[in-house]
Amino acid sequence: MDTSISLLSLIWALLGGMLIGFSAIGLMVFNGRIAGISGILSFAIFSNKKQASEANKGLAWQWYFLFGLMLVGVVYVQIAGPMGIAAFKFNQVPTFLLVMGGLLVGLGSNLGSGCTSGHGICGIGRLSLRSIIATGVFMLTGIIAAMLVH
Amino acid sequence: MDNKWVAFISGLLFGVGLLISGMADPAKVIGFLDLKGLFNGSWDPSLILVMLGALLVYMPVFHCYIKPRLNAVPEHKATAICGSDYHLPVAEKPNRRLIIGAGLFGIGWGIAGICPGPALVNIGSLDISLALFIISMLTGIYMGQLSQRYLNSHA
Repeated sequence: MDTSISLLSLIWALLGGMLIGFSAIGLMVFNGRIAGISGILSFAIFSNKKQASEANKGLAWQWYFLFGLMLVGVVYVQIAGPMGIAAFKFNQVPTFLLVMGGLLVGLGSNLGSGCTSGHGICGIGRLSLRSIIATGVFMLTGIIAAMLVH
Repeated sequence: MDNKWVAFISGLLFGVGLLISGMADPAKVIGFLDLKGLFNGSWDPSLILVMLGALLVYMPVFHCYIKPRLNAVPEHKATAICGSDYHLPVAEKPNRRLIIGAGLFGIGWGIAGICPGPALVNIGSLDISLALFIISMLTGIYMGQLSQRYLNSHA
């Protein structure tokens, strides 16, 4: 691999990570909320009536967060396509594995109360023991699964 | 009341961060998790810097600004800038449910190369495979909620 490309990818990863950090700490400083995507998504889609009415009439903040997140993707596709930047490929694994992966990601984040954002960033950022353990476990099983399947 | 526009802007920043860092590209995620690349020199370590960069920003602000406010005496209960309380998980000990959940989550992430944030930021691509992943992810979340309700009612 070209080392200059590799160095550039390191810089983008660090900058992107810092932007995610600003996003997550901003949500905590202004709104007092944890930026855990699986939790936000699961509230937005599956919150019960009591939770939904507690989250004010109309749309809860969770939906505003998700709209922002998805808007970025929509704009990116509109810009990247004409610029000749290929869209990411999601069909790298056979369909049954993709479905299995989705089920496990959803079920696992629900049982484990968080995903890469909630545990890996906000939780470790608070030095939560639960999140440090969860992150260690999902990194480990993620590495094992990727090595076996790919 | 929560400020919804803060949440919207936070979502925007989060999405841009996922895109420019490479976290939104399943090929890159799989290349990072698949350590076989270590042996043939193709391993791309860059994604570890996503977490590092995020913690570099999150951690000092949390510990120097949020934590002292949380620890303030109860009668001066601190609220976030937009006026709501700080919503933090109740301190719970690590348990079997956490380990099993995180373990399953990691397997799914390693298989597909996609986790919840990247799945949503990529929704604009209208990719059928991604849509399939998102539907099964939501099904998985629902299965988790059902299992919890079942456990609660039989406790």
